[in-house]
Amino acid sequence: MLTCINDTMFPETGKAVVRLLRRLGVDVDFPPGQTCCGQPMVNTGYLDEAVPVVRQFTSAFEGYDAVVVPSGSCVGCVRHQHGLVARRSGDPALVDAVAATSPKTYELTEFLVDVLGVTDVGATFAHTVTYHPTCHSLRMLGVGDRPLQLLQQVRRLRLVELPAAEECCGFGGTFALKNAETSVAMGSDKVRHARGTGAEVLVASDNSCLLHLGGMLSREQAGMRVMHLAEILASTQDQPAVVGS
Amino acid sequence: MPPFPQAAHTALADTQLRSNLRHATHTIRDKRQRVVDEVDQWEALRTKGAQVKDDMLAHLDEHLLTLEASLTARGAIVHWARDAAEACAIVAQVATDHGVDEVVKVKSMATQEIELNEALAAQGIAAWETDLAELIVQLGDDLPSHILVPAIHRNRSEIRQIFLDHMAGSGRPAPADLTDEPRELAGAARLHLREKFLRAKVAVSGANFAVAETGTLVVVESEGNGRMCLTLPEVLISVVGIEKVLPRFADLDTFLQLLPRSSTGERMNPYTSMWSGITPGDGPQEVHVVLLDNGRTNVLADEVGRQALRCIRCSACLNVCPVYERTGGHAYGSVYPGPIGAILVPLLKGVGHDAQVDSLPYASSLCGRCYEVCPVKIDIPEVLVHLRAEVVDAHRDGWPTGMDLAMRATSVLFADPGRMSLAVKASGVANRVVAGLTGLPGVHGRSLPGGRAAIGRLPGPGAAWSDARDLPVPPRTSFRTWWTQTHGGRDETAGGRS
Ligand code: SF4
Repeated sequence: MLTCINDTMFPETGKAVVRLLRRLGVDVDFPPGQTCCGQPMVNTGYLDEAVPVVRQFTSAFEGYDAVVVPSGSCVGCVRHQHGLVARRSGDPALVDAVAATSPKTYELTEFLVDVLGVTDVGATFAHTVTYHPTCHSLRMLGVGDRPLQLLQQVRRLRLVELPAAEECCGFGGTFALKNAETSVAMGSDKVRHARGTGAEVLVASDNSCLLHLGGMLSREQAGMRVMHLAEILASTQDQPAVVGS
Repeated sequence: MPPFPQAAHTALADTQLRSNLRHATHTIRDKRQRVVDEVDQWEALRTKGAQVKDDMLAHLDEHLLTLEASLTARGAIVHWARDAAEACAIVAQVATDHGVDEVVKVKSMATQEIELNEALAAQGIAAWETDLAELIVQLGDDLPSHILVPAIHRNRSEIRQIFLDHMAGSGRPAPADLTDEPRELAGAARLHLREKFLRAKVAVSGANFAVAETGTLVVVESEGNGRMCLTLPEVLISVVGIEKVLPRFADLDTFLQLLPRSSTGERMNPYTSMWSGITPGDGPQEVHVVLLDNGRTNVLADEVGRQALRCIRCSACLNVCPVYERTGGHAYGSVYPGPIGAILVPLLKGVGHDAQVDSLPYASSLCGRCYEVCPVKIDIPEVLVHLRAEVVDAHRDGWPTGMDLAMRATSVLFADPGRMSLAVKASGVANRVVAGLTGLPGVHGRSLPGGRAAIGRLPGPGAAWSDARDLPVPPRTSFRTWWTQTHGGRDETAGGRS
């Protein structure tokens, strides 16, 4: 699944996921029926509005073995909140459909490490990188150090530690709008820590958090780039990822 | 109180406050982490704590009757209070019956929740707080901003000034040469309070736990001031939330391990006081226990929200909360701030009729740290989302807000992939038109995901985003368009670059 925000705003991440998975021998498809996991509605309290979106999700992915998503928070929504929405709909068929799709939905690094059993994906990326573990990957899904295991195997990549890495970046979906000032106060601390590492690239597995952090870095004209982990893992000697201008 | 975002605005602008909070919460959270890491079975202990409380809540009615019976058997007088007004009236009546115009108080969240001090003041009775931090807040005519450390927002020099300016007004003045050394500040408070302890006839307390089986009330504390209040006066009135009951004395074992490590970062709390009714010739000879509902049975009736009644008020969730750290407790407009306040207040008061209360479930980025540290495993993010849904539902009949319209529109869009494709295409075109007309993308050389150029400040509602953050110029083609054009990426040269 390619999350609504990646589809519309960050197609490069989607292309990277496709390239990476194909390189690893996975038969990749993008069912056009997919739209969004419903997270914006669920987390803002619009559960009725989320029902048709969750229904669409289950019908789009019915026939597949695994749904791979390059976003920790979207997987968190699928795994922990789709059930709630389905129960609210009062439709037993939707409850069953959710029970079938949720367990086979994986965050990208979970799929690579747990299902495919690889940490060396054959990537090359000649830059200094620091990794921000997003809250939902870290705490809601418990992906642990899987992303770091993957990054450590990337050739020519220099990984530097991000201080206070486990602190929230302050994005939080509509929180970034409803409590914009607090969100920005949290984001500035994260950005300050990231810049302090001297890394060229701040990497995470959720483009929504990166949209917020990248937006602040851009405003500060910091020169530091943000990139989705998938783009680094897809990067090879022959087809290197572009690190922005 | 204004809704959370407005209240937070003031706090965020106060750099002294932010640095006080940052320093205090980080010190205490690091301390907590160290002592929690010492316990091998911490996770099992948390599960046990949650279980004991859940079992208790499932049979709350029976346990409360048992508690009433054992307290009465040991000579205490039990009162039931449905709400704050009833509870305050009971306390005021007991004080009036004894002809006193002042009471000493043990730090207690329940009495703050019912605004007892204000109610007593209206009857001409002064209520003196004896906990050091509560004293600072009371003398400074301030509001508490933390469950455990109500004066967390104050630093040493501010405290010195408060003592110098206000101690004289309510008893023994602070020494004129007072410095901001913690020892000296504590010494001044000790002398000031001692006069009050020795004089008081009536004390008011809460309780951390109330054991049904034995009729034992328990207060845990660090300073010993509570113990003075619980033993010296002739009359003791304890206001206890009905969720504080524990079925058996043996249940205390779990909580006396969980609480001090989670709250003060200590292995054991320095003072644990227990009292059961009356002991002739020792301690208070008249003991009143006010069992307080004040919205708790409503919380109990809420299947998802019920878990909030497990809370043992340790404040661990406040100390790790990134929102609390930046805004402080006052922004929550309630005696219960931070993550627990953001769920407990709407649960106790109900949503849909007060904009301030309705803003609280949104005062979180849902980062999940509160759940991670909670010693009784309250899934605060889950309850927050549940309450957000209740807030939205409570307003469904009203005039739709911008957010309502946006969510309905996206729902319609995302329910139908055909519509979504069209909208994505249309927005791509529109964006290019906008870009062409306005000269965007004009801000080159900035960094955004995908390495794209940025849109600077936006007008209207978009300003909430763009006041401090750029937005990338949307790509020319969406992923789904690329997928179709390149036959699933197999023919990459066919697809345009973004
Ligand atoms: S919610 Fe949990 S962490 Fe927060 S004060 Fe209550 S018991 Fe402590």
